[in-house]
Formats: sequence, C-alpha cells, structure tokens
Amino acid sequence: MRRGDVVAVVETQKGAIEIESFEAGIVTELIASVGQTVPVGQELAWIGAEEPPTVEAVPEPSSKQPSVAVASKLSAPKVTAGPPRSLTSIGASPAARRAAHKLGIDLSTLQGSGPGGAIVLADVEASEKPKNIAKTTEGGLSEMRKAVAAAMVRSKREIPHFSASHTIETQGVSDWLAARNSDRPPSERVLLGAVLVKAAALAARSVKTLNGHFTDGAFVPSDEINTGVAISLRGGGLIAPALHRTDTMSLDDVMAGMRDLVTRARSGRLRGSEMTRGTLTVSSLGENGAEQMTGVIFPPQVALLTVGAPQVRPWVVGDAIIPREVTNFVLSADHRVCDGLQASKYLTVLAEKLSRPEEL
Amino acid sequence: MNDSEIRDIVLSEIHKVAPDIDPADVSDDDHLQDDLELDSMDILSLVTALHERLGISIPEAEYPEIDTPAKAVRYLAGKITG
Repeated sequence: MRRGDVVAVVETQKGAIEIESFEAGIVTELIASVGQTVPVGQELAWIGAEEPPTVEAVPEPSSKQPSVAVASKLSAPKVTAGPPRSLTSIGASPAARRAAHKLGIDLSTLQGSGPGGAIVLADVEASEKPKNIAKTTEGGLSEMRKAVAAAMVRSKREIPHFSASHTIETQGVSDWLAARNSDRPPSERVLLGAVLVKAAALAARSVKTLNGHFTDGAFVPSDEINTGVAISLRGGGLIAPALHRTDTMSLDDVMAGMRDLVTRARSGRLRGSEMTRGTLTVSSLGENGAEQMTGVIFPPQVALLTVGAPQVRPWVVGDAIIPREVTNFVLSADHRVCDGLQASKYLTVLAEKLSRPEEL
Repeated sequence: MNDSEIRDIVLSEIHKVAPDIDPADVSDDDHLQDDLELDSMDILSLVTALHERLGISIPEAEYPEIDTPAKAVRYLAGKITG
C-alpha cells in the first residue's frame, strides 16, 4: 500500500470518513476483520517495510504513527498476499455490508451513491426505508447537529472572537467570470464561489497570523494554505473539508476541487485528512442568500471568512454613483492570535486580489 | 423526444444532484432554488448533466429559463426541435 491509500472507512456523526495510511509498505497481517466493531485504539493491521527485507535489514519503525488506525512493525520476510482490495473490488463500505447482511439485502441489487458507485450505509438504509432519508432525531438533536454543536460550543467557549467587515465591489469579477464561462461547456465553468476561495487563499499569504492552528495554548502558523470550504448538507448540517494548498492551485483546479468536495460531502465520503488539514475556512451564503453573516471559527483554526450573497447597490465610481454588484465579507478572527489591524489588512488585500481577477 | 420524456430526464437528473428530492414530490412549478433549495453548485451539476445527456449546453445567461421543471422542459424541447 502507498501513503495516502484508504485503509478504513469510519462511520461518524458527519458521515463516512476515509482513513488514509500515513505509511507506505506491505500489509503483513490483518487484525480486524471487515464488519467487526473495534474499540478506539485497537490495531487494525500491521504494515511492514516497503520491500521484503533481508534477514539483517531492520526497517525503521515509525515514531509518529497515530495509534488509532494502523501501526507499524517489522515485516514478515515473505509476503504472499497483496493488500486487501475489499473497498474497491466489492464497492461497498464495511458498514454497508454489515447492514445489508443484517437486513438480508443483496448488495448487488443496490445502486451505490458513493464515489465510483460504491455502496454506503445510507444506500442500504434507503433501500430498506425508501421514504425515510432524514437522519434519526429521536426527539433530540440529530448526530450531525450534535457534531456541529460540539465544535461551535467549544469555539465560542475558547476563542475570543472579533470580526472585521468589508464591502467589496465584485461586479468586475462577475463580468470577467461570465465572459470566461460563456464559451465553455458546463463541465468547465467556474463559479464565483471558487474565485472567492482562491482569492481568500492568496490573501492569507499576506497575513500569516490568520492561517494555522491554535493548539496546546499556542498558535502554530501553517506553511500551507489549506482552505476549508463550508458545505451545507441537504437535510441539515454543515461540514468543512479543506482543499490542499489552495493558493498554489489554478482557478480551474480550485473549482474542480470544490465540486469534488461537495459531491463527496453529500454522498458521505470524505477523507480524514480533508477534515483536519484546514487552516482557514471560507463560508459562503450563496448567490441568493442574505448579504452578511458573522461566522464562528472552526477550531483549531483561528479565522473564518464569511461571504455574503452579492447585492446590486449604489456605488461610487469616479464622480458618479452607479449600480454595481457588491459583496460583503466578514472575517471572524481569534483575538488571542491577532488584532483588528491584521484582520483589516487581510480584507484590504482580498479586495486588491478581487480587483484583478485575471491574475487569480 | 416528447415533453414527458424530457420531463423524466430533468427530474431524474435533479434527483441525482439532490438524492433527497423524490421526483414524485416535485411539482412542475417548483422553483429549483427557492423551493427545491438547489444552490449554484447544484444548478451547475444539473446543467452539466443535461449537457451530457441531451447535448444541449445551456449558457449561464439562460439559467433563469430553466428555473422550474416546467420551464426547463419548454426550454429543452425548443432546443431539441429547433
């Protein structure tokens, strides 16, 4: 298996999360079997060295290996079987298979809604109760609402929020984008949301104290700008997986990345790394929503940018007042880490970036 | 292709974009954004799917002409025959 390969799928409050391997190597032993419930901390499998070692060779054991999913040890001298391919060959998550078995449903009769048509737990449940797609609430909060509540209560309890707001003319960006999209097929069109995410990432380069994590009582700025994208899920709830190094991506790649995240967030198949690597999140109200919102920071991040729905407003251009499309941005920031000066600088740099969309 | 077939395609593609929307529950005058709560990403996914399925590329400026199933059927039927 390679570093980054999916080794497990965990069904969480926020849907199925794929757990990736932090190591490359050969699976020498499977400890947990498919469908088995294991406690937190239980080993699932052993990963040995990449090449079957000679007798003398001692592969380095990993010290940074998290204990949750997979642990390393010296590989067996000879490996006959390849890594398991259950996820790809059968095309169903372990939980889906377990549920199907329990309910006596033949998986081959189901159509998967996961990536590549993979069958996920929701598909099995939907086939049993076709009308009931809403998550169980049982008189209280749904699992998703509990997860959102836990993160937001923590954020409001621990983070001294402050916010700065800026109204930026986005008529130029919208016109530029409309022209750019006009001769493209739908699959290659870029949405304003992607332009704003790219600009938000570039602006973060100028203000290092907004991009990173606050952990163990200290702020650790991040070298990478990984933009979290808040995605509202139909049926309720919110999830904010992150793109990787958004500032270095082309606009088309940002758009493709956001499409991919939205699709997988809705089908409940995001990766663990996507859920944790975000360094600054962007939350957009969409094209027809309210004009302004002050968001709550997603811990351990230290800033969150909310984007209001664009509005046509009287705007001063030169000596004239003319109708222009403007968009309100509110940056929520952690006062332990930065002050109004940095928040203000971020928003003015953002305005500069958006005034030259062709450079994005 | 008649209007009823186009309608089935539109509704099935809406269902693919938003699996919680049951085609049987959608009325012809439901607004895709206001009533069915599709966002701009959903609309783009729908337009992309209709392009792949029917070969009709709907320009952004004409999205308002497909903002209900009834209008979408009328628009697409016009493109197919015309």
